Amino acid sequence: MKGFILKEFLHIFRDLRTMLILFGMPVAQVLLFGYAITNEINNAQIAILDHSKDPVTQEITYKLLSSGYFQLNDQLSDASEIEQAFKKGKIKQVVVFEPNFAQKMTKDPPAVIQLITDASDPNTANLLSNYTQAITGDYLRQTSGSKRNLPVINIETTMQYNPELRGVFMFVPGTITILLMLISAMMTSISIAREKELGTMEVLLVSPLKPLHIIVGKVIPYVILSFINALIILILAATVFGMPFQGSLVLLLLQSALFIVMALSMGIFISTVSNNQQTAMLLSMFVLMLPTILLSGFIFPIENMPLPLQILSNIMPSKWFIIIIKSIMLKGLGIAYIWKETLILIGMTLFFIGMSVKKFKIRLD
Amino acid sequence: MMKQSVSEPVIKVRNLVKKFGDFVANDHLSFDVQKGEIFGFLGANGAGKTTAIKILCGLQKPTSGEIQVAGYDVYTQAELIKKNIGYMSQRFSMYEDLSVRENFQFYGGIYGLSGSEIKERTKEMLEDLQMTHISNKILREIPLGWKQKLAFSVAMVHHPKIVFLDEPTGGVDPITRRQFWEMIYTAADKGVTVFVTTHYMDEAEYCGRVSIMVDGRIEALDSPEALKKNYNSTTMNDVFIKLARSSGNTN
Repeated sequence: MKGFILKEFLHIFRDLRTMLILFGMPVAQVLLFGYAITNEINNAQIAILDHSKDPVTQEITYKLLSSGYFQLNDQLSDASEIEQAFKKGKIKQVVVFEPNFAQKMTKDPPAVIQLITDASDPNTANLLSNYTQAITGDYLRQTSGSKRNLPVINIETTMQYNPELRGVFMFVPGTITILLMLISAMMTSISIAREKELGTMEVLLVSPLKPLHIIVGKVIPYVILSFINALIILILAATVFGMPFQGSLVLLLLQSALFIVMALSMGIFISTVSNNQQTAMLLSMFVLMLPTILLSGFIFPIENMPLPLQILSNIMPSKWFIIIIKSIMLKGLGIAYIWKETLILIGMTLFFIGMSVKKFKIRLD
Repeated sequence: MMKQSVSEPVIKVRNLVKKFGDFVANDHLSFDVQKGEIFGFLGANGAGKTTAIKILCGLQKPTSGEIQVAGYDVYTQAELIKKNIGYMSQRFSMYEDLSVRENFQFYGGIYGLSGSEIKERTKEMLEDLQMTHISNKILREIPLGWKQKLAFSVAMVHHPKIVFLDEPTGGVDPITRRQFWEMIYTAADKGVTVFVTTHYMDEAEYCGRVSIMVDGRIEALDSPEALKKNYNSTTMNDVFIKLARSSGNTN
């Protein structure tokens, strides 16, 4: 058994491609998701068209620009320049103050601020206009002496668990999930399929080793490496992106171990139905990777999907694992709140192990 | 070279039948193989050789029949059989990314040899094969002929009673084939039973006894000399072709 595990490690360490997938990819993906793919707004370029140029409009402009969300790209002097400004492509939003803004505000309300937003990217456009409205509203509440302008209802929003709306908090759980899935399931299924393809599996089966030993021996190195990977990603998330750790680290690691075992049992199952490396790879890609990315709620919120897809998402193990990680890391919840998800993962693990054993036996008969 | 033995045969097969659905891969095979014998197992592709070997090695369960290998029953004692047999398949079955020594260590390990036993036998085999100087080479860098000889040694690492060779010399040059057969003779002289399948009819002449399978049945079983005499042929090749024709199979 010891020799078997050693041999498997030698296979991994001697193959540059495997090593790259194992250790290069996690780091690259976390950094990529953390830095490049983000749905926050930082320094969006805007233009201002101020027909009024009075203290109030200047104050509001100052508030907008000092918020950190916006950066002044251009001061326009006429409405005809708006179209041109957008066409240059840098500007995401134009803020237009109507003439005699301050005067109108006190004497003949309402004074109007027009927001023209580049909606070729609808999410960004929405965010920008929301931010602008919020900042303007803030300003009004703080400065207006006149009671008439005070809104009757004041909504105070608190972004619980992720107060700064940092996108990285969302991506780290997803990335861990995808990588663990990829490494555990795909790598084991490929490595078992490789033994079949090369004919060494036959020799192993003729030996006194029991099939269970063969599988455990093949899987243990990947369990260890996947676990190290999970740690690397968590450390990166905590140090580089300041991801908070609200809950129990022990619980998180235990849950990761459970998910790894689940992914491995899926990998074993895939390898029992594929006879060569290509099949194993393709099956892993289409059965595991794409649904994991698309249907787990990692990138697209499950609530927004059509009902059939919502139902389908329930059989994605990654969906449940993402819920678990988020609950532990961001909300600091204990096992009492995630036992249902945990049970689902345990159930899936048992299912795949059962199916693999059944498949294996059929092949021997 | 065939040692006539009065003791129990090491492989004893009576009425072996293996069906896959309606297809009968092995149709009532019966034969004995004696200790130290080189037993040739011939047949066209699809004649049922590989299925029979898999059953004898405990990789597949027979549909019916009474089969004993190394004195153990294939239905109930497959684990004991596996400890006492060696196996080398038609596909080259060692790890290309491990060194010669690492392959020996690995296979010794899965047969439960101790560390010192593995060390000793590795040294011994490398000296026999005159490959000590390449023991740390990765297998990928070694010529096929050498690898084939290594694979045979690996199949013998645990000193099995019987060694099954499934087309061991496929794709190997004539000189290496010759050397390979010398290794087989040496093993047989030490009392190891060799069960070998091949497509090369000249190799069939090297066997003590030969069985020829056609369509799942054993059509002929005797020494090469007796077979040639019975079928009025000068070579095993002729015998084989005559048998294949007689069954309507022109393969």
